[in-house]
Amino acid sequence: MTLNLTINNESHDLSHIDPDMPLLWALRDHLGLVGTKYGCGIAQCGACTVWLDDEPARACQLPVGQLEGKSITTVEGLASDALHPVQRAWIDHDVAQCGYCQAGQIMSAAALLARNPSPSDEDIDVAMAGNICRCGTYVRIRKAIRAASDALGAGVAFYEPADTSVPQEVLS
Amino acid sequence: MSASEMHATLKRRQFLQASGLGLALTAGGRVVKVMAASDTEPSTLSAYISIGHDGVITIGAPNPEVGQGVNTSLPMIIAEELDAAWSDVKVVSAPVDASRFGAQFAGGSLSVPMRWDELRRVGATARAMLLRAASEEMEVPEVELSTRDSRVTHEESGRSLTYAELALGASQFPLPDTDDLILKSAEQYRLLGKRITNASAAAVARGKPLFGIDVQVPDMVYACFVKCPHIGGAPLAANLDEIKAQRGVLDAFIIEGEAGPYTFDIRNSTRVSPGVAIVARDTWSAMRARKGLKVDWDTSSASSDDSEQISAAARAAAKRAKGAEIVRSTGDVSAAMADASVTATAFYSADFISHAQLEPQSCVASVTDQSAEVWTSSQTPSAVEQLLPAFLSLPPQAVTIHSVRGGGGFGRRLSNEYIFEAARISKRIGKPVKLQWSREDDMAFDYFRSPLYLNMEGGVSEQGRLVAWKHHVISGSADGQKANYGAHYRGQNFPDDLVPNVEISQTLLTSKTPTGAWRAPFSNVYAFAEQSFLCELAAAAGRDYRDFLIELLGDDRWFKEGDRNALNTARAKAVISAACESANWGRDLPAGRGLGLAFFFSHAGHVAEVAEVSVDAGRKVTVHDVWVAADVGQVINLSGVENQIEGSVIDGLSALANQRITIREGRIQETNFDQYPLLRMPQAPRVHVQMLASGYAPTGAGEPALPPLAPAVGNAVFAACGERVRELPFSKAG
Repeated sequence: MTLNLTINNESHDLSHIDPDMPLLWALRDHLGLVGTKYGCGIAQCGACTVWLDDEPARACQLPVGQLEGKSITTVEGLASDALHPVQRAWIDHDVAQCGYCQAGQIMSAAALLARNPSPSDEDIDVAMAGNICRCGTYVRIRKAIRAASDALGAGVAFYEPADTSVPQEVLS
Repeated sequence: MSASEMHATLKRRQFLQASGLGLALTAGGRVVKVMAASDTEPSTLSAYISIGHDGVITIGAPNPEVGQGVNTSLPMIIAEELDAAWSDVKVVSAPVDASRFGAQFAGGSLSVPMRWDELRRVGATARAMLLRAASEEMEVPEVELSTRDSRVTHEESGRSLTYAELALGASQFPLPDTDDLILKSAEQYRLLGKRITNASAAAVARGKPLFGIDVQVPDMVYACFVKCPHIGGAPLAANLDEIKAQRGVLDAFIIEGEAGPYTFDIRNSTRVSPGVAIVARDTWSAMRARKGLKVDWDTSSASSDDSEQISAAARAAAKRAKGAEIVRSTGDVSAAMADASVTATAFYSADFISHAQLEPQSCVASVTDQSAEVWTSSQTPSAVEQLLPAFLSLPPQAVTIHSVRGGGGFGRRLSNEYIFEAARISKRIGKPVKLQWSREDDMAFDYFRSPLYLNMEGGVSEQGRLVAWKHHVISGSADGQKANYGAHYRGQNFPDDLVPNVEISQTLLTSKTPTGAWRAPFSNVYAFAEQSFLCELAAAAGRDYRDFLIELLGDDRWFKEGDRNALNTARAKAVISAACESANWGRDLPAGRGLGLAFFFSHAGHVAEVAEVSVDAGRKVTVHDVWVAADVGQVINLSGVENQIEGSVIDGLSALANQRITIREGRIQETNFDQYPLLRMPQAPRVHVQMLASGYAPTGAGEPALPPLAPAVGNAVFAACGERVRELPFSKAG
């Protein structure tokens, strides 16, 4: 049986793995894309959030055999060598503590802004409610989403690789 | 991609050679540690700093990173005294090597205070050597030279040399005498106190492989390890042949291990629980095969704990103060209580809770007959370094420990049993293996926060002063002799040394469920009881709680001059006043809305918090804002400290709202986040953090802002609706 998945705009042959395997483990153990994280395995924590045809989805609940023909985006493919405005905002606002949940948070936030570039505070809370951060960085996540929304509003789709340097000091 | 590339964790020799030019303090380079973790013996420091031809200044971060930001704050201390431009600095994780880096661990908010003197001297030593090299090169006296931004300048002539140009020459000199080092004063700092972006911020945002769970090594296989759900039980038999026949499974076997309940013993324990290992070609195959695993468990030596029974026993014990051990007694509490114009009694309780760090435990181990290598996110890699060689019957030099970023710690990664499990499995199969605990494993086999029960009594005089302070602490114990970790009264200045009549007694109950350190051990529950009950007394006496606290703290006084763990009443009053000012304490609020204040001193940090909450007709509590004023001495990285404090508020709220572990027949009932809810963004309040610059030496920020949160919210609920919550989690009160 053949199984080809489009992940980050590249075609991957996954014929050798079990079609029941959740995308999460195929990404992590077979494709070396470990940015997508395992946190609970039951779609409660959001650490494994990826995009399935541009909609956020929990990779722990997606058997790879059902994904033929779908386009999958992981955090590694969000902007490749460039930076997505959400990633830029996460860096500029020094959001992360341990950082384990943040790839999932970023994928949820970027999906929110793609469909709603100017979300209200409530829109943000609702869209992000599926992503747990045990370190409690929610205060900064809200701030970073606002900043990314502003950047998108100003017409910044991506920060080019040449423009991705990390600021020494955090924006306050 | 090799693991060493992924983590930039350089092995010891590579580290010295990495950039060619060592300012690494090598042959004969012994520096006596000024302040060591636990010993007073001299030991060698080296290899913190190397400077490359390209100007990159590589600084090793010596302590494990689990989200506290010490990968940034500790190198910042070196860079400050070195006068390195932070933009030139590349941070790497230092090798695990106690002989050169001392005790490498993350716990007790101790990384910064324990490393403060040492790392300043490391930076200043390197700077002194660079100055000497510049002096010889330019043929001018050292006193005419100054340093800034990785460069030595001779003002008079306008000449300057970069550290990259000077490093080779500097590395030839013997180390300067540490007594001659001049350290900067706080007003000279250029880096410390600023908001500096975490060294891993970009890698995190890009989803780079940073964490223990991300490690992959060649020829690696994957394993899960199934233990008896009734803690301490052992497998008698299992359907191993059926499991081995499953797709993707490579092997399945029983590990004998040590049956019976166990205790938190970081320094000595290499205990592996009995269980069944399933080895597979990927994580999913192991997890799927596990679903078909049938084990005949011997539970004869397993725990039979029942959390309801433990709680009932504690309530019964609270009423019989007779026979309790008196651990503190001052004055005459009974007489003072009799004379007091207002007295009160209340029972406070807190249940078992789990750590629930978001990254479940995992470990990659590669063990052969000759050597071993492990990649781990332990909070105590020094303990692994100490214990693993003997566990594997290997000489210490044959064992390499890689300390890899952990997805949260909170005390969970202080114990290392999953590392010994992985090593045992790798040794048996003769291959590198990644042992992956499931979330369910993580929740079932935690070292939980011990439950704690406090029967509080107090008396206030006619003048409105606290004159009698009495409580009975009921705590868990594995053997009835020694209290569970973090669950015993440890003696504290506030308020025990501020009240004329004090009596504190303790009773230990026996339980077999493993307990350990959960962020701000003891304080995380004790602060709730102490600050809630003091507020109860103040209210009963008709006093404003801020005024009551300030008056109780009295005159300016540092209980033990120079001891960071001693209360300083001036610092305490300052944070209380600052938090109240930010929150506009005393303002009028509509019905159903209230402000609550709490102060607590723990982990050397003075912290006050004011919470604003509303309670609706359905008794639903919403926390809107939390104002924090904190004094942890000199701030290293302002962004990092603020992040820790914001997180402590959220984490404290998360724990008080719903978190509760229940136990039946020795088995943990909650299995995953659907039954053990963590706070989500819609419930997160706004958090306003103010750091007070008190001029004292720095102390840690990972823990001290957590304890005041629960009583601040409890006191605010009381202000909002008149109902007093005395149980953690609050959800138990309905």
